[in-house]
Amino acid sequence: MEFSTSPYLLKDTSVRRVMTQVLLALVPGIVAYALLIGPGILAQIAIATLTALAAEAAMLRLRDKPLALFLGDGSAVVTAWLVAITFPPVAPWWLTVVGVLFAIVVAKHLYGGLGQNPFNPAMIAFAVCIVSFPALMSQWPGPGSHLAPAQQLDWIFGLAPRLDGMTSATPLDALKTALRADEGHSGPLPFLAGNAQAVIALCYLAGGLFLVWRKIITWHIPTAFLGAMGLLAGLLWLWQPAGFANPVFHLLGGGAMLGAFFIATDPVSGATTPRGKLIFAAGVGLLAYIIRVFGGYPDGIAFAVLIMNICVPLIDMYTQPKVFGMKDQ
Amino acid sequence: MGLMQLFKFKGGVKPATNKAQSVTLPIAKAPLPSVVAVPLHQSIGGTPRPLVQVGDKVLKGQMIGEADGWISAAVHAPTSGTVREVGMYAAAHPSGLLTDCVVIEPDGEDRWIERQSVDYKTLTPEQVRELLRDMGVVGLGGAVFPSHAKTQASRSVPMEELVINGAECEPYITCDDLLMRERAAEVVKGIAIFRDLLQPKKVLIGIEDNKPEAAAAMAQAVQAAGEDFQVVSVPTLYPAGGAKQLIRVLTGKEVPANKRSTDMGVQCFNVATAYTAWRALGHGEPVISRLVTLTGNVAEPRNYEVLIGTPMDELLAIAGPKADTDGIIMGGPMMGFLVPEAKAPVVKATNCLIAHSPALFPPKAPEMPCIRCGSCAQVCPHELQPFEMYWFARAKNFGKTQEYNIFDCIECGCCSFVCPSRIPLVQYFRFAKSEIWARERDKKAADGAKTRFEFKQLRDEREKQEKAEKLAKAAAAQAAKKAAEAAAAAAAEGGAPAEAAAAPAAQSPEEAAAAAKKAAIAAAMERAKAQRAQAQPQNTDDLAPAQQQEVADIEARRARLRDIAKTELAHPEAHPAEAAPAAPADDGQTPKN
Repeated sequence: MEFSTSPYLLKDTSVRRVMTQVLLALVPGIVAYALLIGPGILAQIAIATLTALAAEAAMLRLRDKPLALFLGDGSAVVTAWLVAITFPPVAPWWLTVVGVLFAIVVAKHLYGGLGQNPFNPAMIAFAVCIVSFPALMSQWPGPGSHLAPAQQLDWIFGLAPRLDGMTSATPLDALKTALRADEGHSGPLPFLAGNAQAVIALCYLAGGLFLVWRKIITWHIPTAFLGAMGLLAGLLWLWQPAGFANPVFHLLGGGAMLGAFFIATDPVSGATTPRGKLIFAAGVGLLAYIIRVFGGYPDGIAFAVLIMNICVPLIDMYTQPKVFGMKDQ
Repeated sequence: MGLMQLFKFKGGVKPATNKAQSVTLPIAKAPLPSVVAVPLHQSIGGTPRPLVQVGDKVLKGQMIGEADGWISAAVHAPTSGTVREVGMYAAAHPSGLLTDCVVIEPDGEDRWIERQSVDYKTLTPEQVRELLRDMGVVGLGGAVFPSHAKTQASRSVPMEELVINGAECEPYITCDDLLMRERAAEVVKGIAIFRDLLQPKKVLIGIEDNKPEAAAAMAQAVQAAGEDFQVVSVPTLYPAGGAKQLIRVLTGKEVPANKRSTDMGVQCFNVATAYTAWRALGHGEPVISRLVTLTGNVAEPRNYEVLIGTPMDELLAIAGPKADTDGIIMGGPMMGFLVPEAKAPVVKATNCLIAHSPALFPPKAPEMPCIRCGSCAQVCPHELQPFEMYWFARAKNFGKTQEYNIFDCIECGCCSFVCPSRIPLVQYFRFAKSEIWARERDKKAADGAKTRFEFKQLRDEREKQEKAEKLAKAAAAQAAKKAAEAAAAAAAEGGAPAEAAAAPAAQSPEEAAAAAKKAAIAAAMERAKAQRAQAQPQNTDDLAPAQQQEVADIEARRARLRDIAKTELAHPEAHPAEAAPAAPADDGQTPKN
């Protein structure tokens, strides 16, 4: 009989199960993505997953950790999928590999592996690549430019020349450029690349609600993230409707839904107390809006998350909840 | 069953209750064991003093250990027989350490002492409390706190609610359930005792809603007794049976860790405690047995009335443990522990024995790193942040664990239950708590030793000083005597020189004493200086052998010179010829070097 201590009853759960449910929750969004924008995303996910598992295995080996136990925990796959989803679907394969390697090797294992990373690994990958390869990271299949499936794959694997005309900036970027050029926008705003992005965002929302229902995440972070971003977007839009996009555009555009439910909710690098989560996520939402509207990058989620990651220890320290019986003392 | 507003406590978990197995059969009486070993220390507080010796014949119910102090409770012989041993014996404790026990060989007659029922209403509350203490009535919910010490209302806060705990939230355990089903009338009588002592405005009996039979039986008994106690069904949610959680659910009050519940006008007793209180007063029976659920990996799970001191393996054998049984858990699966020694005796805190098998309780998956998912914080009924405490406990940063209120942790196990990384969180917290206790003990011991040492130094110094003063006084007296004699002689010879001779005598004894004191102080300073010199490293420590030789030579020369100088200074009269230049001109009495 092995020496063990109470409790002897344990809930049927594991890190692997948690990560699997996160992956499951991503599936609707990915399916919509593949159907509406093209199968490039599936190739990216495959590349990212293989790279992540290889990098994870190599690092575990170097760090002398049990391979099967950690390789099977699913955390590297979650990181891989998030990198793949946030990168342009037609990014060259090596860009995805560089991003994933950076996420797994540097952002995760050099900081101590699972549970130790102060920064969100997927967002580190995004930040590193957008700073290092801004052009490639900004090439998205243009609205209406239906890049044929085969063509997307050719681009990913470098089998065909990348034609500038076939890609374009994201709707967020396009809007920003238009507003900056003082063209203004007449009539309703371009509603998100033929609604494809909005549909994908709604799929992420559905997956996110699944995670809330499964108690993998709590309501705090998505609510504060979307609430803060929507509020700021709404105020500016009400003040100057011609100068700012409406809040729906912001919440369904770019990476807002993905960020609110899947990225800012990374427990390792995010705040953990209930009030801390609200502060952390509101900070991410506000910063993301500011960066995407006033900054130089197509979207601001990655930098917003990383900036707020820095604040997490402080936020957690100052938002410790009162314990049982001490609420009015 | 009263309809009343219930409150919620945060957190909690819902493990499979596994209670159905052991409630199908009525309570049975366990057969007389071959031996009973009664630990003297079975309650919080002072260890009872043994009243029997090896060879003594004892009767069932005879007091064998007397309460030591107010927070303590007596222990009694569970059956008649002969005392075979008074000493260390296997204990029902996870540490596996032995404990002081009275080991009795039953004579098989099970002969009682003379039992006297008392009408407690004719006694003063103080007498009732003493009686409860001497009857060994302690909290049978598991905490075994002496019950009499909980029956005094706060002086400043009026008693509002008396909460009776029949929640029994731990999986597998059903002894309180069966007690309420079968002996509700006596439980109600016991509750009345506590009610009379505490005089609360209302009495609330909380029972988890998975025990409708028990609740119905209790409600009926309350009605039959004409009492106004309220039987309240509370939602089944572990750990609703924790005293603080049940108080919260029934009254909305949160008793903080640093307060007594009576300071908030509420008190809580277990149903089994109430039952034993009634048996003690109404029947003159001390606490020598209790209900124990035998369950888990056994052929016939059931509740038994078991004598305190019964060896656990012998008891479990009654229920027919299956072949793959590899251990015994005392208590429930959430807060219990694997008994390190199967022959350890049943004690007042033993509410359940679970036969452990790998099939029933599969070995835990390997521990993974914490991913800060916060599940533990969400289920903690005391609203702690277990993952933060874990972090600090692991880093042995015990101060921080205290900042995060580790001593509010009731070790209910909810955090470990839900942890996806399979971290034995409770174990880390037990470790941190015991380390903090150990450090506090060490610190106290060190402080004590320091105080003692300083006092000893002070005393030594004082004694030396007193000795020196005594000597100085004696010397002064001697000198005065001599001077007086000289003066007398001079006076005999003629008047004038007497004054001159008297002058040194006038200096003493006061001045001589002062001088002696000064000398003593100087000597002490000198000793201290020597000690310091010894302690301080010298720059001559790391030298080549040749250099060392040279230094040694020089030192030797110096020492010789010093010796010569000393002997000359100390005994100037020994070398009168050389004395003159070396000796100071003024008095020649105080050597200067």
